[in-house]
Amino acid sequence: MSSYLQLSGLDLVEGENAIVRDVTLELAARRTLILGPNGAGKSTLLRLIHGLLRPTGGTVRWPQPLRQAMVFQRPVMLRTTVFKNVIYGLKLAGVKDGERERRAAAALERVGLAHLGARPARVLSGGEQQRVALARAWALEPQVLFLDEPTASLDPASNREVERIIGEFAAAGTRILMTTHNLGQARRLADEIIYIDDGRVLEQAPAAAFFQQPRNARAAAFIREELL
Amino acid sequence: MNRIRRLLLALACACAVPLGAHAADEFITVASTTSTEQSGLFGHLLPAFEQQTGIKVHVVALGTGQALDLARRGDADVVFVHDPAAEAKFLNEGWGVKRFEVMYNDFVLIGPKADPAKIVGGQDIVTALQKIESAKAPFVSRGDRSGTNAAELRLWKIAGIDLDKAKGPWYRDTGSGMGPALNTAASMDAYILADRGTWLAFKNRQNLEILVQGDKRLFNQYGVMLVNPAKHPSVKKELGQKFVDWVVSPAGQQAIAAYKVGGEQLFFPNAKP
Amino acid sequence: MNEISASLQLAASLIAAADAKLYGIVALSLRVSLSATVIACVVGMPIGAWLAVGRFAGRRVLIVLFNGMMGLPPVAVGLLIYLLLSRAGPLGTFGLLFTPTAMIIAQSVLVAPIVAALTRQVIADAWLEYREQLRSLGASRPRAAATLLWDGRFSLSTAALAGFGRAIAEVGTVMIVGGNIDGVTRVMTTTIALETSKGDLPLALALGVILISLVLAINAVAYLLRGWAARRWG
Repeated sequence: MSSYLQLSGLDLVEGENAIVRDVTLELAARRTLILGPNGAGKSTLLRLIHGLLRPTGGTVRWPQPLRQAMVFQRPVMLRTTVFKNVIYGLKLAGVKDGERERRAAAALERVGLAHLGARPARVLSGGEQQRVALARAWALEPQVLFLDEPTASLDPASNREVERIIGEFAAAGTRILMTTHNLGQARRLADEIIYIDDGRVLEQAPAAAFFQQPRNARAAAFIREELL
Repeated sequence: MNRIRRLLLALACACAVPLGAHAADEFITVASTTSTEQSGLFGHLLPAFEQQTGIKVHVVALGTGQALDLARRGDADVVFVHDPAAEAKFLNEGWGVKRFEVMYNDFVLIGPKADPAKIVGGQDIVTALQKIESAKAPFVSRGDRSGTNAAELRLWKIAGIDLDKAKGPWYRDTGSGMGPALNTAASMDAYILADRGTWLAFKNRQNLEILVQGDKRLFNQYGVMLVNPAKHPSVKKELGQKFVDWVVSPAGQQAIAAYKVGGEQLFFPNAKP
Repeated sequence: MNEISASLQLAASLIAAADAKLYGIVALSLRVSLSATVIACVVGMPIGAWLAVGRFAGRRVLIVLFNGMMGLPPVAVGLLIYLLLSRAGPLGTFGLLFTPTAMIIAQSVLVAPIVAALTRQVIADAWLEYREQLRSLGASRPRAAATLLWDGRFSLSTAALAGFGRAIAEVGTVMIVGGNIDGVTRVMTTTIALETSKGDLPLALALGVILISLVLAINAVAYLLRGWAARRWG
C-alpha cells in the first residue's frame, strides 16, 4: 500500500522545550492510532500534520491533496442549533445552498441525532455534542479524519457510540488518524499503532503485532502499566 | 448576509431620523446669555415671536464672551448679549451688522444676611466693594468673560482695587455661569454680583439676599445684532433681521415689559424708536 | 434629607403627570443615545473583534490605545466635534451643529472606543476556545471574527449596555455640540445641568431620579433577556 502522508524530520521547539523531535513517518493504514503517555506530544503531532501548528523544522508532505477534518477532545459548539452547527462547516467549505441542507441532514442521521437538529447545540450533553462534532466532520466528506482524544471526557455509552461512528468513517473509506491513551480503544479501533514518548516516535507497527510484542522497551512498559 | 443587510438597514434608519427631523422648520440660531435664558425671558418672548412670524428660534445660552465667539465662528445668526464694550469690539471687527439697544435691567450685589463686611443699606457699589476687599470677605466671581463678569471687573477698577494684587483666598474665581456661581455663593455665604433677572428667578437662595442696588453704575444694557452675512454666508439674513426688527418693535418691546416673575418686572425695554 | 425625599415625590408626580415636555426630553435622550450606541456598536464591535483575532503590526499599540480611549473626557470630545462641525470648521457646510445629529456623532465618538475595548476582551476569550476548531474548518481570520461576534452576541450586549450607559449619562459633549436648545437639543442631562444652574435643586434631582430609573430599567430588561438567552442557547 502506498503512503498518503509523509513526515520527515518534523520538529517543534518552543523556547527550550522540544515538544516534537525529528519525527519521520510514512502513513498508509486505514486506521492509525497514536499512543503514548500524557505529555508525549501526541496532540501536538496531530496539530502539526493538520496544519494548526507550524513546525520549526522538517516537512509534512501530502503526495495527493486530501480533504481533512478534525474532531477535538472538547467539542466546540456555536450558539445556534445543532443543524446550523453542521451547516456552518459546509458553508466554510464552499458547499452550495441546498446541497448543504441535504448533507447536514444525512450527517445527523448517521450519528443518530436527526431528531435533535432544531435544538440549541450548547445545551446538549457532552456525548451528544461530540456526536454533533462528528456529524460536522462527516458532512465535509473528509478523506482524512483527525481525532484528538475524542472520548477522553465521555461516559461509557457515549464512548461506544463515538467509536461506532469512527468505524463508519473508516468503512466509508476515510483514513483515520487518532490519538488516545486508552489501550482498549486502541485495540478495538487500530489497524496500525504509532507509539510516541517524549516527542519521539519509538515504534510504528501493525496493531496486532504491537499488542502481542512491542519491540520498544518503553512501549512494552507502557502497555504493562496501563494493563495493571 | 441577511444579518448584515438587516444591520445596515437599522443603521440607516438610526441616522435618517435625526437628519430629517428639522429640515422642514424655518429657524434661526440666537447666541445669547444665561441671564436671558435662565430668567425665563426667552420662554416668554419666543412663543410670541413664533406665533407672529412662524420662525422658530434656537437659543444657545452662554456667557457674553462665549456667545460672541460662537458668532465669530459663524455658528449663530443673531447675538443678544449684555456687554457694550465687547459688543462694540465685535462690531468694529466687522462681525456684526448693526447694534440695537433692546432693554436693560440692573446688577445687584448679593450677600449673606450676616453681612460680615457691613455693607447693607448702602447704595454705593464702589464703597461696598472696597469694604468687602478690606474685610477679605468671601466673594464669588463668574470668571467666565460673561457680561456680568465684565461688569464686575470694571467695578473693581472703578473702586481702585487692583485685583491682581488684592486677590487672595477670599476671591473665588469659579469660571462658571450665573446660576452655578450663585449656587456656589449660597453654599459658602459669599458676596456675588448678579444680574437681577437671574437672581429673581433663582430658587436656591439659602441665606443670600440683595444688599446693594440702585447705583447708576449697576446699569445693565442688552443689545442685539445680526451676524454679518458678508463674513459668514451661512447666516440666515432675512430671518435673523426679522427677529432683530421684532424685538425692537413696539410688539417686541411690550412683550419684554410684560414679563414678570412674582409680580416683579425683570427687564425694561429701551429700544430707540 | 428633606430635599431628597421632596425630589423623589416630585419625580413621581412628574412621571404621573405624563408631562409632554418631560416626555419629549426623555424621548430625545433615548433617541440620541440609542442611535449613538448603535453606530458605536457597528463601528466598534468589528474593530474590537479584529483586535482580538487579527495578526498585524501595531496591534498591541492599538489595544492599549483603545483601552485608554475608554476614558475619553466628554468635554474634550465635545470640543473636537464642535470645531469640526462649526461653520468655520471643515464640516461646517453641513450645518449640523446644534442638532440632534451632532449629538449622535459626538456620543458615537465617545462610546465607540468603549464598545471596541470591551468587545476585544469578550472575543479574545472566545477566540482561545474556538480558534483551533474554526481554523480546522478553514475559517479565515475575518470570517472567524464575524463568527465570534455572532456567537458572542449575548455577552456583547454588556459592551453595548456599557456604551449606552456612558452615552445617556454624559453631559459634556451634548452640551457643547447640542447647545441645550429648548425643544430641539435639550436632553435629560443638560436639563439637569440647567435646573441646577437655576438653583432648582429638587427639580434637577427629580430629573436625575428619572434618568437613573430609566437606565436601571433598560439594564434590568437586558439582564433578563441575557439570562433567558443563556438558558436557551448555552
